[in-house]
Amino acid sequence: MKILVAHLYPEYLNIYADRGNIAVLRARAAWRGIDLEVRPVTIGDVTPGDEIDLWYVGGGQDREQALVAPDLAARGEELRRSVAAGAALLAVCGGYQLLGRLYRDRSGTELPGAGLFPAYTVAGEQRMIGDVLIECELEPGQRKTVAGFENHAGRTFLDPGARPLGRVIYGFGNDGRSGYEGCRLDRAVGTYLHGPLLPRNPWLADWLIAQAAAHRTGEEPRLSPLRDDLEEQAHAVAARRARARGGRRDGHLFLRPQRAHKAPK
Amino acid sequence: MRLQLEMAIARAVGRLSRLSGRGGGTTLPGRLLSGIDKGALSALASRLPQGCALVSATNGKTTTAALAAEILAPRFRLARNGAGANLVSGVVSALIAAERADLGLLEVDEAALLQVTRAVRPRVLCLGNLSRDQLDRYGELELIAERWRVAVAELPQESWLVVNGDDPLLARLAEGRERTTTFGIDDPAVSRPTLGQTADSAYCLRCGYPYAYAAVYVGHLGDYRCLRCKSGRPPLQVSACRVELEGTRGVTFDLVLPEGRGRVHLLLPGLYNVYNALAAAALARSLGASLDEIVAGLHRARPVFGRFERIAVGERTLLVLLIKNPAGASEAVRTVVQGLPPRLALVCLNDDVADGRDVSWIWDVDFEPLASGLERLVASGERAAELALRFKYGGLAEDRIEVVPDLEQALDRALRLTPAGGELVCLPTYTAMLALQRVVAERGYAPPYWERAA
Repeated sequence: MKILVAHLYPEYLNIYADRGNIAVLRARAAWRGIDLEVRPVTIGDVTPGDEIDLWYVGGGQDREQALVAPDLAARGEELRRSVAAGAALLAVCGGYQLLGRLYRDRSGTELPGAGLFPAYTVAGEQRMIGDVLIECELEPGQRKTVAGFENHAGRTFLDPGARPLGRVIYGFGNDGRSGYEGCRLDRAVGTYLHGPLLPRNPWLADWLIAQAAAHRTGEEPRLSPLRDDLEEQAHAVAARRARARGGRRDGHLFLRPQRAHKAPK
Repeated sequence: MRLQLEMAIARAVGRLSRLSGRGGGTTLPGRLLSGIDKGALSALASRLPQGCALVSATNGKTTTAALAAEILAPRFRLARNGAGANLVSGVVSALIAAERADLGLLEVDEAALLQVTRAVRPRVLCLGNLSRDQLDRYGELELIAERWRVAVAELPQESWLVVNGDDPLLARLAEGRERTTTFGIDDPAVSRPTLGQTADSAYCLRCGYPYAYAAVYVGHLGDYRCLRCKSGRPPLQVSACRVELEGTRGVTFDLVLPEGRGRVHLLLPGLYNVYNALAAAALARSLGASLDEIVAGLHRARPVFGRFERIAVGERTLLVLLIKNPAGASEAVRTVVQGLPPRLALVCLNDDVADGRDVSWIWDVDFEPLASGLERLVASGERAAELALRFKYGGLAEDRIEVVPDLEQALDRALRLTPAGGELVCLPTYTAMLALQRVVAERGYAPPYWERAA
């Protein structure tokens, strides 16, 4: 079986070792006999929208985000259609922000988003930096944890009714107060968690591979289990770090009060 | 009078720190004095009759300062913070400790640079390179760049600015400034084939168009030019050509200055040490050093504290290369695999503040050239498992990886795997390196770092 991954702007959005996520997807697919092809997509490239099984958008700094934002916004329609048709997607940090409706940076400049996730992001004064542990339930009844690291000035606000990726156990999450992290829309996942995300959360990598395969073949494959001792050790240490030094503990926030802002339309 | 008293107390604290075995007392006196007296740094610096020269960079601060010290030692009595204590506290400690110095030669942390330049008003400011490093501590690269812009703008007119012209960000900082020396490498024969995917500053700082590189030397450093707005690398006053890389043994190159050229043999390997040598040469030159003095000084220089340092441990040698960010670590790997790639390596990843709490940077390091030759990897440090994953997904079979989080046990294990007479390559992050040095010193193989640094 073959899976086609579109990696958006790898030369711009790569700040938190996004290539680690790609390496994990590629290897874990290959170990199951799945040929996962990664196609880099840059500004101005035309993508074969219907053929793409999994989209990947990484993180960048304000400068790089501003450079790719118009191109990504112009792909909004295609991305929404693709995800509605069952394609999977993973967006991390800056990529997650730019897939919402808009991103207002520190200088007040508003970047248009792709409008995939029902959310918007406003940069705050204080960065939210630290280890994070969240709990997700991507499949009914299957609760799993994701351990990662967050480093963002943006506060992301989900629209009423929008589904977060998970609930923050330790750390800041979307905005440092709601207790939610990331956004989930069908087979699309957006999150602030890097570290990179997938090496120490292999179940999430497998979930994405399975979703992408389901888009390709029409049914979700049963992926054979792999030996994940190292992954589990790494997860355990990262989870311990989040417990010890994540940004938010037991509902108590280590953030200064934020200035009120007007929610954009 | 007040400063004298405060200094006496601070010095005594430094001695106590050493006596109590808690460390080298390289930052505590400074932390104490700057806590008591906010103007201490400024007052201490103004006592130096020849002023101060400051070195900052993402990679190579310690080595550049050490090379410059080697060149300048015959001319000046130097005040140094050679043990890598480069925050404000470390700079203050160094100035307290050096009672009869006439010139301060100090390395300064990137984020602390503005605070230090404001207090010290340096005679020379040398900026080596700027790339992503410890984003969890510094925030975005742009925030550091902004502080450096201010530091350069506020630099006294009569001060010398020394910048790496191969780094687009630094070249832009220096644009239009008089009393500026630009250095760089001019030898396409040692260029890398392409710019790495994760290179920083790959886009024109004026117009956002991707730079075209005629040569890429280290990370994003090279001979770049924007094909749209035509801005590019500025002319170089200090450069290196005819570079010959000699594996982990050293490097030889022609040092080209406006007044002439000389062949330099450096016992520090790799292209990034060519950059460090150029930075040191340009810095020393702005303080009056001649070509001969520079060449002789560089020739005398030996690796410093964990930067390609070789330590004899019984019948084996430990080759220690500090790793701390993608650009520097990728170069360390590139240098280590030159010639005969090692079959065994000890790699140590800690995640303390000084190492970076966010360990994602290891995924941006090009470990693959090392991984592909390894028969055995001993992964150590608090985040050993994470490091093991980096190599596993980098193509190293899982059964070749041993995870030994405890550093001392890992060192022993790796030494046992090293044949007698052989060399063990060890790549530790900062706090892991300090811990390993302590172990090696306790066993009597090398003196502790604070006795060797200066």
